[in-house]
Amino acid sequence: MIRVQNLVKSFGDFTAVKGITFEVAQGEIFAFLGPNGAGKTTTIKMLTTLLQPTSGTIELNGLNPLTHAQQARQHFGIVFQDPSLDSEQTAYENMDLHGVLYHVPRKLRAERIERLLKLFELWDRKDNYVKTFSGGMKRRLEIARGFLHTPSILFLDEPTLGLDPQSRNQLWTHVKHLNETEKTTVFLTTHYMDEADRVAHRIAIMDHGTIVAQGTSAELKQQTGSDSLEAAFLSFTGSSLRDEGADAKAQLRQTARMWRR
Amino acid sequence: MGAIYILWLRELKRYVRSRVQVVVSLGQPCLYLLALGFGFGPVFQQAGHGSYLQFMAPGVIGMTVLFSSVFSGIAMLWDRQFGFLKETLVAPVPRLHIMIGRTLGGATVASIQGLLILIICLIAGFRPHSWTVLPQAIAFILMVAIVFSALGTAIGSVLQDMQGFQLIMNFLVMPVFFLSGALYPLNNLPRIMTIITRLDPLTYGVDGLRGSLIQSWRFNPALDFTVLAIVAALFLSLGAYLFSKIEV
Repeated sequence: MIRVQNLVKSFGDFTAVKGITFEVAQGEIFAFLGPNGAGKTTTIKMLTTLLQPTSGTIELNGLNPLTHAQQARQHFGIVFQDPSLDSEQTAYENMDLHGVLYHVPRKLRAERIERLLKLFELWDRKDNYVKTFSGGMKRRLEIARGFLHTPSILFLDEPTLGLDPQSRNQLWTHVKHLNETEKTTVFLTTHYMDEADRVAHRIAIMDHGTIVAQGTSAELKQQTGSDSLEAAFLSFTGSSLRDEGADAKAQLRQTARMWRR
Repeated sequence: MGAIYILWLRELKRYVRSRVQVVVSLGQPCLYLLALGFGFGPVFQQAGHGSYLQFMAPGVIGMTVLFSSVFSGIAMLWDRQFGFLKETLVAPVPRLHIMIGRTLGGATVASIQGLLILIICLIAGFRPHSWTVLPQAIAFILMVAIVFSALGTAIGSVLQDMQGFQLIMNFLVMPVFFLSGALYPLNNLPRIMTIITRLDPLTYGVDGLRGSLIQSWRFNPALDFTVLAIVAALFLSLGAYLFSKIEV
């Protein structure tokens, strides 16, 4: 369960997240959509204790991650936008290290590693170094790892970026399966509307730091009178480019500011 | 405790697996040992100080441990670049445990490197005063390794890119090495040099090693050990503080 109220994050005079409020129920798959620079990653960073909000409250399973960071971390898993595997270790060792860090008892650890690696079709490569893996395999391993400690909430930040349709399809099949069998709440961001349409129970669209629309895929389409989620998305957020626009300089400054902290 | 152990183990595995790195990192001290050890040998002897190889071997061991320790800390830059650092930072374990695991791992690797160089020195003709001094020498190797691994972690926590690496190399690691008395005796130096060398923590490490191995003390074992322990505590606190401030 995630409950966010009036969440704000400012970097100097720039406000990346301008007071957002939303709730995700236990066992729900919730998609967070938005153009580049909308504030999605900043929001995920705040939810996962990596960034201190300027104001507002966050509740993860009733815990405040700002005051009880360590307990909260035990409750969630996260798959980052960019890779976070140790490429000099084997797939199994990466899983094992994660299990130790998340206090999964030895016996249960071995069982879950085997189950997850088999599910994500990596078991026969378990003793290979991660540096020999393809992009899709690395991604699968990271998601398998995210599920290892049976988190009640799993954050997926653009997990399918740069994957081929086969890998994407398979990945969401597994995520949906684990969402159903383990009742994991999934909070995801993606740029692929078809994915959100297919897997998410509910969707929030973010733009310029605020949530501009929230609801099921059907509701969003209905509100805009569109026949696809993509069309609904464009009608909520406009069709002007964000990254390469006239505002490139401001964008760079904003990125620099964000990383300096 | 599990986190400390698994991260310590990871450093060790990385070391054992990168054979190229082992060879490369042993190459430099060997070069010093051969080029300087045999090159300066005759001059040193004429000056009436005995065998230069005997004199510099403990210094080269100290150098190996210094380099290896600081590098293990700076290797954090790669973990930052490749994202693995994040994986450890969002884990439900205190940051202090993560920092200690990494630092002890780096110190262990550096100590192994130091021991390997000691063996190479023995092959090259170095002879300790007696074999019973080895445990004390190893204790000094461990101390030096902890001091500089902690410093490495502190540096690694604030370094953002590879440019900083050159800076650290030229303005910190090399001066610490050259001003430690690893290569020349610290007697009769100009006053300012004497002061600087006494501020260099490696000076006490090299003195401890040289004293233990060939019974040539500038200070005494108790002083060397005390200074190293204090500096280790200082650097560990600094490293822990800076590591706790990392944002990803």
